[in-house]
Amino acid sequence: MAEKVLMKGNEALAEAAIQAGCRHFFGYPITPQTEISAYLSKRMPKVGGLFLQAESEVAAINMVLGAASTGVRAMTSSSSPGISLKSEGVSYIAGSDLPCLIINVQRGGPGLGGIQPSQSDYWQATKALGHGDFQLFVLAPSTIQEMVDFVPLAFDKAEQYRMPAMILSDGMLGQMMEPVTLPDPEKPFDREANIASKPWATNGTKGKRKKNIVNSLYIQPDELEKLVVERFERYEIIKKNEQRAESYLTEDADVVVVAFGASSRVSRSAVNAARAEGIKAGLIRPITLWPFPENAIEAVVPTAKVFLDVEMNMGQMIEDVKLVVNGRKPVEFFGRTGGIIPTPAEILAQIKRLAKEGK
Amino acid sequence: MAVVFEKTKGLTDVPFHYCPGCSHGIVHRLVAEVLEEMNLLGDAVGVASVGCSVFSYNYFDCDMVQAPHGRAPAVATGIKRSFPDDIVFTYQGDGDLAAIGTAETVHAATRGENITVIFINNAIYGMTGGQMAPTSLPGQVTQTTPYGRDVKIAGYPVRVCEMLSTLSGTALAQRVAVNNVKNVRDAKKAIRKGFENQINKRGYSIIEVVSACPTNWGLSPLDANKWLEENMLSYYPLGVYKDVTADSGEVK
Repeated sequence: MAEKVLMKGNEALAEAAIQAGCRHFFGYPITPQTEISAYLSKRMPKVGGLFLQAESEVAAINMVLGAASTGVRAMTSSSSPGISLKSEGVSYIAGSDLPCLIINVQRGGPGLGGIQPSQSDYWQATKALGHGDFQLFVLAPSTIQEMVDFVPLAFDKAEQYRMPAMILSDGMLGQMMEPVTLPDPEKPFDREANIASKPWATNGTKGKRKKNIVNSLYIQPDELEKLVVERFERYEIIKKNEQRAESYLTEDADVVVVAFGASSRVSRSAVNAARAEGIKAGLIRPITLWPFPENAIEAVVPTAKVFLDVEMNMGQMIEDVKLVVNGRKPVEFFGRTGGIIPTPAEILAQIKRLAKEGK
Repeated sequence: MAVVFEKTKGLTDVPFHYCPGCSHGIVHRLVAEVLEEMNLLGDAVGVASVGCSVFSYNYFDCDMVQAPHGRAPAVATGIKRSFPDDIVFTYQGDGDLAAIGTAETVHAATRGENITVIFINNAIYGMTGGQMAPTSLPGQVTQTTPYGRDVKIAGYPVRVCEMLSTLSGTALAQRVAVNNVKNVRDAKKAIRKGFENQINKRGYSIIEVVSACPTNWGLSPLDANKWLEENMLSYYPLGVYKDVTADSGEVK
């Protein structure tokens, strides 16, 4: 068992990228993802990797596109306004069926917004990070350990399903420190085998195979429709096999809080406080935001009296919660936005109100 | 009978979609011939850009990646930095390279990104039907400058080779044309030099080809060639603007 080390979320994630075999990072400065770039600019040259500061977010994501097309594990990180700039490239990456990893350390928006933690990019990450019909595989960590563990998972899933993956973090998780266990370096990543597993890669035919084309343009509508439909058939498999969520004290819960990432940590404290007061509260914490963990929510619909969706935004994930609950139980919302993290007392007050009303 | 000419192995058998008199066909052939003659097809990865030449991914017989509009230099950077021994080239038009992709172009050049850039300057947006390009001439009538390009409104055309020749990372900035036999031969030599620079890790090489677009200029192929000679070559003089193999890198 590897030793625990105390690390900042952004730096732990960056080190996890090295351990996961990523040797190509392309970034552009923005707060609050700063430490990811700073850490990798130090570490990459020591492990024979590349840290390249691009001229823009737009260039950085397109460098990721180029690197990913050759079959290497490539990534970029940014924060909310920068992710908007990347959306063009993300759409092309999805349309070209390329795997890569994108980190969003969210801050408040819209516009330049603020630099404090937020979850207001949920819709962007799960519904529309770019034009066209496509999805990203989106993981939402709630601890620094998950910031570490989700990096190799995201790369693996991106490669398995040939799609971009995103870790949707936020300024709180990025900036806070916790003890973490880093992956065991006894098992180094096999770069050559990984590239060899991608027969579609454009890294030179070497005269040994026919040319490969990485492309997202299909002028014939029937051809384009066929490819998009095939991609969505893949998405159905992902929805079936890759839903992840944590259910905490939900078996007998009357009030089921649904929260992800930073707000799920505060919600857990509130649920514990409610239990201490004799209120049957529980928490469902979506880990995959896409695919949305419908099964975990569906499982408690028969027993829950009311759902309380808690987010650091004006209510985005609640739409997905309501789609699953489908009117069978009430779904209420509590959120803070603009960079404000809700307090356990605020959420507890909501739980108590709902518990009282439900009686 | 002796074979005096064969189609290069650098091109597939897919028929070109280009219009009669368009320069893309000649330039595609030159690039493909150079790659074949230098035995680089197995190492080559081309980046197709948005515009008429986007379908070049079907024509060049080597690995190809299609980039978003203007982003070919960034995509090429990602490829080259992942496989530094591959031979990476972009094939870009004027709207792509000198308008929407100006930042990517300037920064790829100033980083000395070790890639070869083929730049088709035909002073117009071809694929979308003839709008003003960053390189459209003052007074030039296009779909979006129906009264002629008024520099008071639309500004001046960009001279790309001159601009990029000021950057330390640029190894070669040369402007050529394919309007006559001599120029076609010179263009091929320049393209060859661009790939030699990449093999020798000299940095960013750009070969700008002053090109004809008869369809969107509203001219016959012959008249388009004449228009190019009479109007474009004075604003875009052919020549070597920077060549690190020929001088110490100073701007000419």
